[in-house]
Amino acid sequence: MYENPDLAASNFVKGVDTAFVIIYAVSIFFLVAITVTMIYFVFRYNNKRNPKATQIKGSTTLEIIWTGVPILLVLGMFYFGWAGWKPMQKIPKDAFTIKAEARMWQFNFIYPNGKREKNLILPKNKAVKLELIALDVIHSLYIPAFRVKEDMVPGREKEMWFIPQLEGEFDLFCTEYCGLSHSYMLSTVKVLSDSAFQSWYVDTTKVVPVEGESLAQAGYDLMESTGCFACHSIDGSKLVGPTYKGLYGNQEIVITPSGEKEITVDEEYIHRSIYYPNAEIVQGYNKGLMLPYKDILTNDDIELIIEYLKTLSE
Amino acid sequence: MMALFIVGLSLGLAMKFELLAPGKTIMGAQDYNATFTLHGIIMIFLIVVPGLPAVFGNFFLPILIGAKDVAFPKLNLLSWWIYIVGATIAISSQFFGDGPPDTGWTFYAPYSFKTGTNMLPAVLGAFVLGFSSIVTGLNFIVTIHRLRCPGMGWFKMPLFVWSLYGTAWIQLLATPIVGITLVMVILERTLNIGFFDPALGGDPILYQHLFWIYSHPAVYIMILPAMGVISEIIPTFSQKHIFGYKAIIISTMAIAFVGYFVWGHHMFTSGMSGTALYTFSLLTFLVAIPSAIKVFNWVATLHKASINLKTPLYWALAFMFVFMVGGLSGMALGALATDVYLHDTAFVVGHFHYIVFGGTGFAFLGAMHYWFPKMYGRMYDAQWANTGLVIMFIGFNALYAPMFYLGMIGMPRRYFDYLPQFHAANILSTMGSWVMATGFFIVLINLIRSSRNGAPAEVDPWHGKTLEWTVPSPPPVLNFDEIPTLGEDDGPYEYK
Ligand code: HEM
Ligand SMILES: [Cu+2]
Ligand SMILES: [Cu+2]
Repeated sequence: MYENPDLAASNFVKGVDTAFVIIYAVSIFFLVAITVTMIYFVFRYNNKRNPKATQIKGSTTLEIIWTGVPILLVLGMFYFGWAGWKPMQKIPKDAFTIKAEARMWQFNFIYPNGKREKNLILPKNKAVKLELIALDVIHSLYIPAFRVKEDMVPGREKEMWFIPQLEGEFDLFCTEYCGLSHSYMLSTVKVLSDSAFQSWYVDTTKVVPVEGESLAQAGYDLMESTGCFACHSIDGSKLVGPTYKGLYGNQEIVITPSGEKEITVDEEYIHRSIYYPNAEIVQGYNKGLMLPYKDILTNDDIELIIEYLKTLSE
Repeated sequence: MMALFIVGLSLGLAMKFELLAPGKTIMGAQDYNATFTLHGIIMIFLIVVPGLPAVFGNFFLPILIGAKDVAFPKLNLLSWWIYIVGATIAISSQFFGDGPPDTGWTFYAPYSFKTGTNMLPAVLGAFVLGFSSIVTGLNFIVTIHRLRCPGMGWFKMPLFVWSLYGTAWIQLLATPIVGITLVMVILERTLNIGFFDPALGGDPILYQHLFWIYSHPAVYIMILPAMGVISEIIPTFSQKHIFGYKAIIISTMAIAFVGYFVWGHHMFTSGMSGTALYTFSLLTFLVAIPSAIKVFNWVATLHKASINLKTPLYWALAFMFVFMVGGLSGMALGALATDVYLHDTAFVVGHFHYIVFGGTGFAFLGAMHYWFPKMYGRMYDAQWANTGLVIMFIGFNALYAPMFYLGMIGMPRRYFDYLPQFHAANILSTMGSWVMATGFFIVLINLIRSSRNGAPAEVDPWHGKTLEWTVPSPPPVLNFDEIPTLGEDDGPYEYK
């Protein structure tokens, strides 16, 4: 909890934390008061001390008091909960818009100028709107330091917004259970000063293979940043998808809409697997888990990927 | 059922062990996900929903209202067999097909349609179990309406009976909704009809609505009978009339009723309209009031009482503490701003364990120690019972309190692995789980041993006023030789 408003990482921290403080104060007061009273009664009216109970059947006055007072208190708590949440609903029209895309088990942030990032890079003190898109199942985007969370639901258009107010790095988690690697579906929010953000933002040069780096290495880097390894291992272990180890050149049975067939994993097949992953499903795996990468990976990218996959079959 | 509980408990312990250190400790992510799913299904559908009504309701409901048996003993047997069948189907999902389900007990769409694991039996099992619940509810309602003994007016019924009555209505009216939902899931998975999966033109949020319309009231199926048990134990060991008898009844019925309208608080971040959100938030706060009223009345019953400090009362006091922690932590989950922060974090796991395990679980153990002499005709060793209780209580708090903290610092739930900042509190929590399990087994072994060789119990060891204390321990098959008649001055809490 950041009590000091100057240390609030976003514009919502104050409202949310006020609600927390008030609700916890009331709750802890009641917990302690009732527990102490209860223990006191147990000692005071123990049958050794008080052999004869006084029969009291109830008291309407008391019932009214302890119905009325809690109602007022919860209405108060409701109010502060509502007040801290209300501003989250009012998205400023001129907010800087970033698309947040979630798939099992990775976030991608797409900027207006086409930049794609695994981490969320933000300018300080500027209203930011995230358009939330889930490609497969429900995910949820949660930035604890900003006090925001919103589910990302496939087929629904949703948005969230905030103003980052502190430079630094913050955690971003997926908080809706989404399968095997749910707990590895996280990323980092990096808040930069306006000028640092601008120079990062305008730099749209594509990551080209560094001089001297092998094609296979470039393929690996590309797959790493695209998130392939979330579902495919390179050590032979079976994850949600088949392993890459020894994959290239291998014979496999795949299931197509027209029946089973045997294929050899060649360049042609790898292209198909990346662009139309659900047309042919390797026996023992499930349809619909891998989404097409048609808009994300170019033919050249796939050439690099194939170079890397070849190294795993040597 | 006890065996199932121990299986569920072991799965919980295994998960906590996994979370002892970051990275893989004893199992992989898939096993972890399957473990929390099975743990959830067993605990919710097989233990806490049917638990108190099935065990204590069937046994004591007829005695408490002066009847020889429930209205439809055959139906009762049927409900029991449906339960066995449902449980078997649900558990079988572990052993056949494409591997244990890994969706969590909520089976959220569309993940539950995409996963390759063996979902259908789990869902079918839950569906069958629903029938068991409906049949029990129906049976209890008819029993309470028709079989009260002469002189037992509505307002002379023990509060445990009232709580079963409220519960039975929820079982009867809410369970069919989950039934329909689960059938829709089954149809969608087998016939590809698009209700929930957006890929088929369905809406995943619809699933959540249908699921919680049942599952929130189901929370009250779990807790109302627990409150009923506490309302029996406290007056007996206070030797005093319960404070605010009618207020407690009204609050029971209020919970049963308002409980239908708060399901949306599970979906504050799913994207409902703003108006829906604050209406649900407001109603959620209101449904807390009847629970608060009960706590006040219980504490007031202790005032000027003559307290006989025995094991069942210790359980009732422990219950009140953990139930208050659970309920008050619910305040932060009912308010919008704070719930957005806490939703689907470890905080929620702490909250519902305090209510469901701390609340229902402790009340169950309280009921066990309260009625044990009646059921088995023997006393248990009080020393061991109390030792187990204290250890369990300490372990329980060490296990679940750190989860509040973990949620406050932002750890999501259903997490196989975590970042380093979450490590310390997880160590404490895991160690708490060992302490708690130790306490639980002391309690359990003591009861099992005492059921064989405890000292014979009197008819009325606690000097209670409800009817079960007038029949021999254990009661004969048909409870009463002759149906009792209550006079003007008789009543469940008429202490002198
Ligand atoms: C750009 C990154 C990715 C690449 C290059 C890639 C590549 C491939 C390839 C080549 C296959 C065929 C494997 C075989 O024939 O044995 C495949 C299958 C599969 N992938 Fe991926 N994949 C990527 C991302 C993902 C992700 C993120 C997931 C999980 C959500 C996933 C899930 C699957 C599954 C379940 C299969 C088996 C079904 C099938 O054969 O289509 N993949 N992938
Ligand atoms: Cu996710
Ligand atoms: Cu609820």
